[in-house]
Amino acid sequence: MDTTAKPQYDNGVVQYLTVGAVAFLVLGTFMGTFAAAQLAWPALNFDIAEITFARLRVMHTNTVIFAFGGMTLMATAFYTVQRTNGVKLWSNKMAWWTAILFTIGLLAVVVTISLGMTTGKEYHEQEWPLAIAIAIVWTLYTFNFVMTIASRNKETHPNVYVSNWFFLGMMIAITYLYVVNGLAIPVSLFRSYSMFAGVQDAMIQWWWGHNAVGFFLTAGFLAIMYYFVPKQAQRPIYSYRLSVIHFWALMFGYVWLGAHHLQYTALPDWTGSLGAVISLAMIIPSWGGALNGMLTLSGAWDRLRTDYILRFLIISLAFYAMSTFEGPVMASKTVNALSHYTDWTVGHVHSGALGWVAMVSIGAIYHMVMKLWNTEMYSMKLINFHFWLATIGTVFYIVAMWVSGIMQGLMWRAYDEYGTLAYTFAESVAAMHPYYAMRALGGLLFFSGAAIMLYNVVMTIRTANAKATSQAEAHA
Amino acid sequence: MADNQEPKNIQDGLERNIFALFLATALAVSIAGIVEIVPLFYLKSAVDYTEQTDKYGNVKNEKFPELVWERTFTEVDGKLVADKALYKQDNNGKWVVADWKAGDGVRPYTPLELAGRDIYLREGCYICHSQMIRPFRDERERYGHYSLATESMYDHPMQWGSKRTGPDMARVGGKYSDEWHVMHLMRPQDMVPESVMPAYPWLAENSIEKDFFGTDRDMQKRLSVMRTLGVPYTDEEIENANEAVKGHTEMDALVAYLQVLGTMVKLDDSKTYRE
Repeated sequence: MDTTAKPQYDNGVVQYLTVGAVAFLVLGTFMGTFAAAQLAWPALNFDIAEITFARLRVMHTNTVIFAFGGMTLMATAFYTVQRTNGVKLWSNKMAWWTAILFTIGLLAVVVTISLGMTTGKEYHEQEWPLAIAIAIVWTLYTFNFVMTIASRNKETHPNVYVSNWFFLGMMIAITYLYVVNGLAIPVSLFRSYSMFAGVQDAMIQWWWGHNAVGFFLTAGFLAIMYYFVPKQAQRPIYSYRLSVIHFWALMFGYVWLGAHHLQYTALPDWTGSLGAVISLAMIIPSWGGALNGMLTLSGAWDRLRTDYILRFLIISLAFYAMSTFEGPVMASKTVNALSHYTDWTVGHVHSGALGWVAMVSIGAIYHMVMKLWNTEMYSMKLINFHFWLATIGTVFYIVAMWVSGIMQGLMWRAYDEYGTLAYTFAESVAAMHPYYAMRALGGLLFFSGAAIMLYNVVMTIRTANAKATSQAEAHA
Repeated sequence: MADNQEPKNIQDGLERNIFALFLATALAVSIAGIVEIVPLFYLKSAVDYTEQTDKYGNVKNEKFPELVWERTFTEVDGKLVADKALYKQDNNGKWVVADWKAGDGVRPYTPLELAGRDIYLREGCYICHSQMIRPFRDERERYGHYSLATESMYDHPMQWGSKRTGPDMARVGGKYSDEWHVMHLMRPQDMVPESVMPAYPWLAENSIEKDFFGTDRDMQKRLSVMRTLGVPYTDEEIENANEAVKGHTEMDALVAYLQVLGTMVKLDDSKTYRE
């Protein structure tokens, strides 16, 4: 490490966002586990409006995607943009405002959804005052990020590093899609009616909805991968050319995919087919990207045995590769006819969300905590334990959903020997029970891992702070 | 493979200029929306050849006339009136649907149905129930004729859904009695023992006239915003909107909404509405 001429970075805001991300991960996975348990045991709804399944499920998605995911993206973007461009943040003050307002905004989203304030648009439930606030905060984040890159020394840092491209692409696409999808006219402070209706609304909503996945949860987290995998492995990224192809293919291609959520619906056939075809083509750049990350380790595979953080990063790429294969398969018309409307979709989302997004974030967060507080983790053993809880939890979850999803799809379309439907809908619900219980267990394991992580992070920081205080006292 | 010495190609240029990279990326991400979304606003085939006839959102359909409820708006003394009324007060003072009957074609929701739809959204029903039947034999037998785009053209936002933890709702209207729905919403497991649906007892207690924190649910405002968005209501229909939901509970409103779902159009099995 070059300790001599190291430029000073703005670390405070990154520290805040990092710890915030872990806290939201614990909260969000708790909500998810509880919602999963409600489906297995509906008595857990307790007849309390604020925590009935549908509201809790939306609180869960908003907490994990936008609060945990968003804070992770802000922490890592502010962390890496300084280090890859050799400058401080363009405005540390603006970064702090972004971080604080984002926290308040997302907490408000969770509370208002619990109260029942919702636009009724999936993955865009926050009502108009909060949606506007979030769009403004997001713009501040983007602006600060771009200006930081623009302020770099072009002699020492002529080319912008690949992780920054992915962050930038994510910020642009998210702003654009979020704003268009959110266009609405308020009818009160708590409620608005979407500007769009019917088939146009469906296409616009999934154009946004799929890219909450494609950009927020993929491009943004690929940016994390492109910085933290080479850093943790201490080797350069495997292929620069692959990164270029990966980037442009994703920027151009991902936006088309929303239509595959609407196969066989009242959306015109050509639109759904277009979405399916491009989905299929996306396997190539996605796998190129996954390989690019994994092959960065070539010649250093043995480090996986000792480096637990690297394990998180590498298994996340394995799940990324798996989900980006599964996705196009499910987008194809034949499979979609069976899988749509079933738990298989839920399983697919979670193999991406738990296996890829959460794992790569966890790896990056452990890495950042050690760098930001300039210390070792409080317990490496607990990281290892976390790794196994998270991996086994994820596998439990997605296996349960594969079985239940495929079973649902088959039961709904099954005919008996007289040519009538073999099962009532209620029978298919009853058949789901064991898998819903198994899914809740998978969630519980994953949540336990997150709770252990929070403990480990807090103890690391306390130990580091205590050390710093005693050193300061010794100097005094 | 580090070609740092060779500076001149497009990619390298973009990497050196963050603002150029910004613009190039913005361009790359905008193409899909232009190709996939914009045509849906213009192609008649995307909405079953239903065409708008005025700026208020009234429609006609020459190819499939059964799909829509046609009416004409005129301005009389500065007021917008129609040749047919959507709803009216009957002799007993009850607000009922007027010149429309089930199967006459897609029409705007009555104030009570629209309020019920707001409750449907508030409780997140769309998280577990779709409103979009696909053209498969089993779905036809389980739920009915496949859904058409015209059927949700007044739905701001649409409620097609993405998951069937419970069954599809697109044509649930008229399948069960009002009493069944009330009992089911009060305690789903009493009607369907296998159900994993939560109970919604508070719907029967809350007045539909009130919204969050005891504020008034202003149905006049809601209908007039809908008209701005292209859902054709006359001035009178907007003026009477608050009156029309008076005395009802959230349960009444939600059941009114559920009972109209899928009943607006009587689809002809001999016709191919969509390729």
